[in-house]
Amino acid sequence: MNIVVLVKQVPDSGADRSLRSDDNTVDRGSANNVINEMDEYAIEEALKIKEAHGGEVTILTMGPDRATESIRKALSMGPDKAVHVVDGALHGSCAVATSKVLAAALGQLGADLVLCGAESTDGRVQVMPHMIAERLGVAALTGARKLTVDGSTLTVERQTEEGYEVVTASTPAVVSVWDTINEPRYPSFKGIMAAKKKPVQTLSLGDLGVAPAEVGFDGATSAVVEHLKRPPRSGGEKITDEGEGGVKLVEFLASEKFV
Amino acid sequence: MSEVLVVVEATREFGVKKVTLEMLTLARELGTPSAVVLGGAGAAQALSAKLGEYGAEKIYVAEGEEIDGYLVAPKATVVADLVARVQPAAVLLASSQEGKEIAARLAVKLDNGILTDVVGLAADGTATQVAFAGSTIVKAKVTKGLPLVTVRPNSLNPVPAAASPAVEQLTVSVTDTDKLAKVVERVAEQKGSRPELTEASVVVSGGRGVGNADNFKLVEEIADLLGGAVGASRAAVDSGYYPHQFQVGQTGKTVTPQLYVALGISGAIQHRAGMQTSKTIVAVNKDAEAPIFELADYGVVGDLFKVVPQAAEEIRKRK
Repeated sequence: MNIVVLVKQVPDSGADRSLRSDDNTVDRGSANNVINEMDEYAIEEALKIKEAHGGEVTILTMGPDRATESIRKALSMGPDKAVHVVDGALHGSCAVATSKVLAAALGQLGADLVLCGAESTDGRVQVMPHMIAERLGVAALTGARKLTVDGSTLTVERQTEEGYEVVTASTPAVVSVWDTINEPRYPSFKGIMAAKKKPVQTLSLGDLGVAPAEVGFDGATSAVVEHLKRPPRSGGEKITDEGEGGVKLVEFLASEKFV
Repeated sequence: MSEVLVVVEATREFGVKKVTLEMLTLARELGTPSAVVLGGAGAAQALSAKLGEYGAEKIYVAEGEEIDGYLVAPKATVVADLVARVQPAAVLLASSQEGKEIAARLAVKLDNGILTDVVGLAADGTATQVAFAGSTIVKAKVTKGLPLVTVRPNSLNPVPAAASPAVEQLTVSVTDTDKLAKVVERVAEQKGSRPELTEASVVVSGGRGVGNADNFKLVEEIADLLGGAVGASRAAVDSGYYPHQFQVGQTGKTVTPQLYVALGISGAIQHRAGMQTSKTIVAVNKDAEAPIFELADYGVVGDLFKVVPQAAEEIRKRK
């Protein structure tokens, strides 16, 4: 099975993140940029499917030059190769334009299965799998906590508010995964060394047949007007329990009309 | 005034979710609210009274297996056709997984901008969003097409405004491509009478400090006494204390209740990302240096196994 895993480089969600003051895009310059955590679960799932059914695993990333670090890191887990869509005109692209670019790249790669994380930790927008599926005219099985491959039939178990659903589709399809699906492997030393030699193909917008005016700020379908840091919360009263902590807590709740 | 389409979010037992009432309230500020009911047979009949109570002037309905038997794609097709026909002033959906997914497909179909996790929407289409774990407030606009936004639950107070909605059945013309992802089974899990996590006005969460799955009864007890939902930190979920769908944080649910009670939760960034926009936060933790106290309006440093049962007893006494 020919599997493509979408990998996004994001600013580390464990540190302070912000938008740039000059153009309102995510500030990547001052951030520690890492693989979107949820994507590691998608890579793991792809490797497991390859191990069981054979095939090839390709990483697909759209992002600036520095996303190369994340691509090498992804490759060190075990995928065979990577494709990096990089073009100066992409800076400032909205989700709609991003899906156009990724769909164009996927069209060239001809995947049976596209795997990705259910959301990225920076935008948390969750729209990419369905946007790509809509453009490619293929199924999207989203939010998988379990994925079974049987020939060309994919079966996904997905958590819902009220329980879970079992959903099926035939390949080709897009499947997004939550962090409940598996436990991603750590790259081995051998894997890290091997990753340095794995092929990484770069594609420009020209290679994909997408006009620069369709992406970036020019092609954006939405715009940030302004942004500001929310003032940090400050702690209120803190008491140490000396036998009356529970009662005092309820007194506070009562004073706020919660009890 | 132009119509504003509100895509209704409801439970599978046909209960209107609070976020739908919030969207109807918001839609009244922008135009004339029209509710769009997409679901299993009988949905509209069960939901229409409530939708009318909150000001829906019209209810568009597409029901049945063609709509409900597949993942979101048929719903997006129906809404896209409706948008092309009525040219609404805006389209509002819930910022749930399904709401975002329908909106995603709509954005591509209509070549239209999309804004998610919106907590406010002005008449000129400027949306307010909260980004980066609640640390940044963003004002943004759709610059191509109509305002297509998904609204985060608990963003505003739903206000009733009685209307007598006219019901219109939509002709469903979904394509074969819309039917590629088939739902073969739906399993309802025991849920009890607690409110849903993202919509609850009180959330009581437990963390690693709760110690084991059995002890989560303490968390549930406080939640039930306060009429709230139960949440859990990632540490508690990863340790198997509580199921994943109740996880609050960066890789779980984002909640904005009136009251958030953190029990045995240290307050790592991962967790704060999902709860720091709550109105009032209280915390019980044995570590006086735990970062959760930097957020808490009221904090008790102490053993939760002493403090929490005493608090439960005190609440019962006051009832």
